Amino acid sequence: MLPRPSLPPGFDYLRAASPDEVVGLLQRHGDAARLLSGGTDLFVKMRDGAVQPKVVVDVKHLPGMRDIAFDEGTGLTIGAAATMNELVRHPAVQARYTVLAEGARAVATYQVRNRATIGGNLCNCSPCADTAPALLVLRARMLVYGPGGEREVSAAEFFLGPGLSALRADEFLMSIRVPVPPNGSRGKYLKLGRNRGGDLAIASVAVLGFPSEDAPSGYLFRIALGSVAPTPIRTPLAEEVLAERALGADAFAAAAEESMKAATPIDDVRATAAYRRAMVRNLTLQGLQEVWAALQ
Amino acid sequence: MAVHSITVKVNGAEERVRVPSNMTLLRLLREELGLTGTKNGCSAGECGACTVMLNGQPVNSCMVLAVEADGAEVTTVEGLGSGDELDVIQQAFVEVGAVQCGFCTPGMLISARALLNRNPNPGEDEIREALVGNLCRCTGYKPIIAAVQRAAKMMRKR
Repeated sequence: MLPRPSLPPGFDYLRAASPDEVVGLLQRHGDAARLLSGGTDLFVKMRDGAVQPKVVVDVKHLPGMRDIAFDEGTGLTIGAAATMNELVRHPAVQARYTVLAEGARAVATYQVRNRATIGGNLCNCSPCADTAPALLVLRARMLVYGPGGEREVSAAEFFLGPGLSALRADEFLMSIRVPVPPNGSRGKYLKLGRNRGGDLAIASVAVLGFPSEDAPSGYLFRIALGSVAPTPIRTPLAEEVLAERALGADAFAAAAEESMKAATPIDDVRATAAYRRAMVRNLTLQGLQEVWAALQ
Repeated sequence: MAVHSITVKVNGAEERVRVPSNMTLLRLLREELGLTGTKNGCSAGECGACTVMLNGQPVNSCMVLAVEADGAEVTTVEGLGSGDELDVIQQAFVEVGAVQCGFCTPGMLISARALLNRNPNPGEDEIREALVGNLCRCTGYKPIIAAVQRAAKMMRKR
């Protein structure tokens, strides 16, 4: 196929000025309207002919849509159109949300991260979205805007399947709220691709660990996996092992085994399902070891 | 299809142009403004041949609509250096011989210049991370990395 410097014709670009204008356009145009944030996924789909919108609605200039703010009480609020690099650079994200900074930094390439936004990464609902596992272990909440105003959806309930989110046809993602991480927590995001830069994940793992008096082991861990199920997923049985057993090599190996069992990957162009399962075990083990070392 | 009147500052010069919705920044630069230094490689945001600075940040210009650049400042490879004087990164590419076929070079120069703007003394890992989105089909990566290191050194001496 010949390279196409421009996009296929046949659509109008509109810069939305208010959230209600976006909702109105979604209601009027239905499937013929597409929301534009960074464009790094949308424009690829449009060039491929996979989507053929009549109206492209640019939402990144809505008030607050690119803001990143941290508050000791309520935590981090990220405008859906904040770019990956803006997130990686933000002092509070670097200091308090390292697992999210690592996820954002794992997306594509430096140039793409100057355009690609966290809202786009999440709303595409790809199982391999690099910011999703971090947001699952951080228990983020999505602030969604629709005809009835705002509503919140937990990260755990947001992803319904490949390309499918909990957003209704006339709703869009405004911001992401990430609570202050538990005291003393440490996190790690590990991504395996076919190469070390730019590729989509074959498998990825986010781990968050923190001291807890509620756990017999003295620590609670949250683990989430990317690219190995129809959506990014948590691994409750692995987390249970780590809450209950004396922590050390045996418990980490048992948890990594449970993490592998939670994965339901497919064969695709990047890897086989069997390889993905094995890598989930390895990445989980590595993540636990690194987080455990950081917790000591 | 709607046509938009935009103002964009390209290499310091203000341009007022009318662009259809589907025109990319890449096409505006190459075919409307005649700045053919910026190359069209993959048209998919993968190869980095079309890299330009948008408000100082390197982006793939094939993945930005021209209308999105309304009010922005754009720097292309033609905007590096001044007059006949090469920018330090261009001089370093020449001295190291970091050019083979040359197709990736404008994008490499922009990504490298943007890196040096935000980090005048990058380590090799930082150079690799900054250039990971610039593919060289001749695979001449080692001299390119050496050229960025040389440019950083030349900047420190000045």
